[in-house]
Amino acid sequence: MIALVDCNNFYVSCERVFDPRLEGRPVGVLSNNDGCVIARSNELKALGVEMGAALHLLPPYIRRRAVLLSSNYALYGDMSKRVTQTLAEFSPHVEVYSIDESFVGFQGFDPATLEERGHRLRQTVRQWTGIPVSVGLAPTRVLAKVANHAAKKLPAYGGVCKLEVDNPATRTILRQLPVTELWGVARRTGERLALMSIETAWQLREADPKRIRRAFSVVMERIVWELRGHPAITLDDMAAPKQQIMVSRSFGRMTGDLVDLREALRQHTARAGEKLRRQGSVTSAVMVFINTNRFQLEHPQYRNSVVVPLPRPTDDSREIAHAAARGLEAIFLKGYRYQKIGVMLLDLSTDTHRQLSLDETPQSEAARQRRQRLMATMDRLNRELCRDAVRLGLPRKGNAWGLRCERRTPRYTTRWEELVRVKA
Amino acid sequence: MSILPQTTATPLGRAQAVTVAHSQPLYVGRVRAGFPSPADDHLDADIDLHAHVVKRPAATFFVRAEGDSMQGEGIHHGDLLVVDRSLEPLPGRVVIVALDGELTVKRLERVGQRFYLAAANSRYRPIPLEGREAHVWGVVTHVVHALPGAAS
Repeated sequence: MIALVDCNNFYVSCERVFDPRLEGRPVGVLSNNDGCVIARSNELKALGVEMGAALHLLPPYIRRRAVLLSSNYALYGDMSKRVTQTLAEFSPHVEVYSIDESFVGFQGFDPATLEERGHRLRQTVRQWTGIPVSVGLAPTRVLAKVANHAAKKLPAYGGVCKLEVDNPATRTILRQLPVTELWGVARRTGERLALMSIETAWQLREADPKRIRRAFSVVMERIVWELRGHPAITLDDMAAPKQQIMVSRSFGRMTGDLVDLREALRQHTARAGEKLRRQGSVTSAVMVFINTNRFQLEHPQYRNSVVVPLPRPTDDSREIAHAAARGLEAIFLKGYRYQKIGVMLLDLSTDTHRQLSLDETPQSEAARQRRQRLMATMDRLNRELCRDAVRLGLPRKGNAWGLRCERRTPRYTTRWEELVRVKA
Repeated sequence: MSILPQTTATPLGRAQAVTVAHSQPLYVGRVRAGFPSPADDHLDADIDLHAHVVKRPAATFFVRAEGDSMQGEGIHHGDLLVVDRSLEPLPGRVVIVALDGELTVKRLERVGQRFYLAAANSRYRPIPLEGREAHVWGVVTHVVHALPGAAS
């Protein structure tokens, strides 16, 4: 059995931990430079504010009623790390899937105890970190995603839903679930599936895997197997969630050498930058994470992560690599043998809808175009010649641009001078 | 005969702070039968105050106290409090409570079936929790109070 643990309205929940006045009110978190809404409390969703809604287009009555905050990535990164650490108390198999989602493997645990364990996990994360989570338990990742969705949407589950491979509850849920809501099924794929009269998750499960493979891909075939309860998918098969890009890899041999880590991080960052530009997006913050091998208990254990906000949304590999390198310096500790390093690009938005910030002059617009040409050329050379034909060195430290974050809450957990204040 | 008041401080010497997954001995000899190695006596790592105070990093937060209501517990205006959210808020413990939308630090007290937030300063009355919007945010485990001369 595997659990998908997903933090509810993560960014908003982080803000609420430190400011109880936000409880019960419509709260939204804005993208870097305060352009659009990227996280919503349930109350804000109820007001009809869509994900990605532009701030300046929100009707005045909503702007008056809602609390709209700038994104506070230092805080979200720290809280994400705390949630992951808490999950690690429940199983050694914790795989971070995004800043607010992790898979927790329960292989070897008595299945009869898992539902209760799920409730305890949920309660513990809530108590230790203040973050509410939903838990979906199932034999496969794809079903765990479905279970998580149900845990979140149907109050009767109390935040924890366990799906058996086949029983009436599973059938009901899969029959009601549009196939495009499944993890790994894109809307375009959904349109083609509809032509084959496959519109619900249940119909996909009943489809002939070989036919699906011929019509689509190996990954789609695996999704069918997963729906039937046979684990077939690894995280590498799946694209990261829409708003994030993740690249991580385990080392062939473990290393404690900062130079190795830097090199690996640089490669991951370059890869992530390519993906970012291919989909025409820009990113606003970079998360770096490292960990030792949890199964080698004879070695000291360490895992850590950090989020570095970017001065402005960018698709420039140089700026991303620079931020990532600073993140690594901040969390690297000597004396450990690292198994894995990864990078995650957060808060993606579309390049073309990007709002120009106030400090962008025509000059910097020219510079931006030059930069875009440079990146495009670099991507082409790497595609046509070979991987890493052209690589980045790192720029000097200390460039600073002003970031627009007028409504950012204090960085409660990462700055001495911004600690939360309590009335004595 | 000493004329100093009877508050004494005993030097602790170099002790090794041991916590989960935080401190590592720099070198550990193999376990041997027979004589212990004299070198093992020198195995101490530096004293790690953070590891001593922070038992559960995932659940531990630092907060800043403002006000004088908890002076009797040694909490002064501007002090740094270490808060462990994983601990149970038992009566008698100093807790952070979200009360009417505000985080406040008080001692949790119980009289019969009723819970109160008690100040440690006679100028403040206990606050009954009955019928109020309140939830415990965490349990305060340590106070860091800077004395004159300490660099801020």
